[in-house]
Order: sequence, then structure tokens, then C-alpha cells
Amino acid sequence: MIELVDVSYSYGGGALLSGVNLVLTPGSFYFLTGPSGAGKTTLLKLCYADLMPTTGRIDLFGQDGHAMDRDQIARLRRRIGVVHQDCQFLDHLPLSENLLLPLKVAGRDTDAEAVNLAELLDWVGLAAQTNSHPPELSGGERQRAALARAVIMDPDVIIADEPTGNVDWDMSLRLLTLLVELNKLGKTILIATHDLNLIRAAKAQVSARVLRIRNREVQLAAVDL
Amino acid sequence: MLRRLRVVLLGDPRADRVVPPTGFTAHLTLFTSGAMAFLAVFALALSLATGRLADRWGSELARSATVRISAPPGQVEAQTEAAIRVLQTTPGIGSVRALDEAEERALLEPWFGSDLPLDSLPIPQLIDVIETGDGYDSEGLRLRLKAEAPGAVLDDHTRWRAPLVRAAERLRMLGLVSIALIGLATAAMITLAAQAALAANAQVIRVLRLVGARDVYIARAFVRRFTLRALTGGAIGALLGTGAIALLPRASDEGGFLTGLGFQGWHWLWPLAIPLLAAVVAFAATRIAALRSLKGLM
Repeated sequence: MIELVDVSYSYGGGALLSGVNLVLTPGSFYFLTGPSGAGKTTLLKLCYADLMPTTGRIDLFGQDGHAMDRDQIARLRRRIGVVHQDCQFLDHLPLSENLLLPLKVAGRDTDAEAVNLAELLDWVGLAAQTNSHPPELSGGERQRAALARAVIMDPDVIIADEPTGNVDWDMSLRLLTLLVELNKLGKTILIATHDLNLIRAAKAQVSARVLRIRNREVQLAAVDL
Repeated sequence: MLRRLRVVLLGDPRADRVVPPTGFTAHLTLFTSGAMAFLAVFALALSLATGRLADRWGSELARSATVRISAPPGQVEAQTEAAIRVLQTTPGIGSVRALDEAEERALLEPWFGSDLPLDSLPIPQLIDVIETGDGYDSEGLRLRLKAEAPGAVLDDHTRWRAPLVRAAERLRMLGLVSIALIGLATAAMITLAAQAALAANAQVIRVLRLVGARDVYIARAFVRRFTLRALTGGAIGALLGTGAIALLPRASDEGGFLTGLGFQGWHWLWPLAIPLLAAVVAFAATRIAALRSLKGLM
């Protein structure tokens, strides 16, 4: 599904990641952890083709990332839902239109998706905020809205970068529950986090692997974190 | 290009909403295209008027000639009659007429006043010659006139007609070059405005790319907006420019070229093309600027 083979990435002169080998298999659940500045966000960006490796090969759904043109990358992003810590929305549009945005840019009939949207808003607990604008939402509501937007296209993979970074523990657990539910529906989940409690909580619900970035390399972490 | 333009003009207005309404770039584009359309109407009017002038000078002067009889007082009448006979038998000449004293006085009046004593001055006799459409052999005619009326000099206006026609044609070219420059200046200003709009909406672009928007989709939202603004501004400018042209004094012989600076007949339809041209220029400029800017972003 997503495979990194001997991937290195350098910012300017210094190497941030080196010799990274990683395979995300369908339906799996991964945590990516490591100290701040270790390269977690960079690795995630490589996985959804926001960055291209300096050296090495990246296969995205069977396609060589280096050989993909800009249109192919755009289409690829429709198969990967992304949730950022600082969820970005179009602040001038109501929540409903923000969530329908991936469908709109893909040329799908958004009017026909009204029922799905209602179900989705209900699932993330934002049914009452349909017509609210993003600046009116709390941190937790924004995170859930970002998750809803990430899954509206029914993607194969969901990548989340510190999704619980700005929310309290209860909201973190709620978000985690939503991600676990998605994983049980067959979605591949990759979450970058430094919150070990979140990882422990997840391991109680799902079979999750933990990857750790250490010395610019990605290693499979021990079970007991 | 036209198909794309149609998509832009008639496309999904809801897709526009992904880009928030902008302030100064909207006014800038509207004002620029309006002002440029206003100027373009004048450049167009100048070009068409000088075109008409060049055609008129070219055709009217090309069809007329003058024969001047400069002979001793006793021979003027005989040589005039001889020259007229030669002219009347020359193929390509439609009509021949000797100017009478009153007509010659009228010709000289602007320079010498109305009290000119023509009798006491050696004024040459003038013969007005009008060609047929086929024209005549001027060199052959000169030789025949020289034989029959030695004091006759044929002036077919070539010497002074050519520079006048050339000047009018250059003015027409200048008008067309002005329109091209106005178009390029409009494109440059709209490009700058589009780039400013793209820079101001960097976060919108980031979000759109994150959710899988292709460059063409993002560009279209900007292109449609700028194209419609240029069309609107161009229509207002062209309307005002055409109104100003319509209010110019009407063409008259006294006013000459200046009062003829306007549109005639179906040429009044030409200003309609200016807003469309502005829209095409805005469409191309914004699309190129947007796609180039987006390509610069990963």
C-alpha cells in the first residue's frame, strides 16, 4: 500500500531521515513516535507525497512516487485522509462545506452526499455545529472535524500528525476511539504522537505497532513502552 | 481556449466559494480593465479613422490629376485646346475640364486675398483630369502632351500623395500597436493582481491541496473570478469610451481629420469586442500566473 525503501530525506545540508524502510500494510494500525524534531512529520509527509525522498524509493499504491506528476499526486491524496495537529480549514465556509470539500474537488455530487454528511457529523459528535464556521469551534471539535473531513472520501489510509496535541485527555480518548473504529472498518492508520499514554490506551483496544524514529532511522519499538 | 473560457464563464459558481472574497485585487482588476478598455476604444477609433483617411486619400487622389499650361499669353488658349484634345483621346481618362477664371481665383484666394488681379499675373491655366477605374499611361500621356502642347505639365499627385497615404497608414498601425500595448499592460497588471491574490490565499491553497485538489481546480477558482472582473470592467470602460466618442463633434469638411475621429456604420460594433478581449487576456494571464505559482509550491 505505502512502502518506503531505503529512504533518506535531507533539509538543506543535514540528513533528517536515513535508510528508512517501512511498509504500511492494509488494515494495520501504526503509531510513530520519537522526540520533537526527530522527523515524525517529515516521515508522514513522505507517506502522503507532500515531500519526496532525497534518496531511496517510495511506492504509493503501487506507483513510484518520483514518477508521479502533480495531478497523480492530487488524486493519490484522495485515497489518504490527513489530520494535522493545527487542523486547517477554509475559515470563510461553514463546517458542512469544509467537510464536503474533498468531494467537491474530486468532482463528486455534493448534494447527493447530504445523508452521508449528516451521518458523519453525527459520528464525530458535531451534528449541532453543521453551520458553524471553523473559528467558532473548540480545539477538540476542530480535531474531530478534521477527522471527519479526512474520512469523507472513504480513504484507504488515514494519517494523523499529533491529532491529540491540542486537546484534553478525554477528547484524546474520544478521537482514539474514532480512529480505532475506522481501523476496524479496514482502514490503515498511521498516527504520529509523543503521547505514550495514548499508545497504551490504543493497545488495549487494537493490535497496534509502534515505530520509533531514533538516530534518523525508523525502528519497531518494544511492546512495553 | 474558447471551450475553457466557456467553462470559466458558465462553470460552477459554488466552486468559487473555496476562495474567500478578496478586497483590493477585485477593485484593482475592475479599475484596470475599465481604464484600459476606455483607452482601447480611443485607440480603435484612431486606427479606424486613419484607415478611412488612408483609403480616401489613396483612392480619391489616385483618380485625379492636373495638367498645368504655362505658355506665353498668346498661346495659352491654343495649347489648352490641344491638351484637352489629347486628354480626351487618351484611354483611361474619364473626364477633362479646364478651370475657369473664377475657380482659379477661388484656389488662390486663401493665400492672396479676393482682390487678386488675375489679368495682370502670369497664372497658368489648369485642367482637371478624372481617371476611369483602369487608369492611364502617364509616361505616354506626358510624351503626347509635350508634342501637342509644349507648355503642358502633367501632375498626377504621385509626389505628394504617397507620403500622405504613408502617414495615414502609419497612424493606423500606431493605433493597432496601441491596442496591443494596452492588452499587454492589462495582462501584466492582472498577472500581478492574480499573484497577490494567490499569495494572500496561501492557506486556502494548502487546504485544497491537502484534500486532493488538482492545480487546475485551484487555478480555476481564481481564473473565473479575474475573468469575470475583467469582462465587467472592460464592458464599463468600453461603454464609457464609446459614449465619449459618440459625443465628439460630427465629421465635417471644416474640421478635417479631427472631427472624423469616430466610428462609422457597422464600425460602432467594434467596441463590443473590447470587453471580450479583456476577458480573454485576463483568462490567459491569470491561468498562466496561477499554474506557474502553484507549480512553485510542492
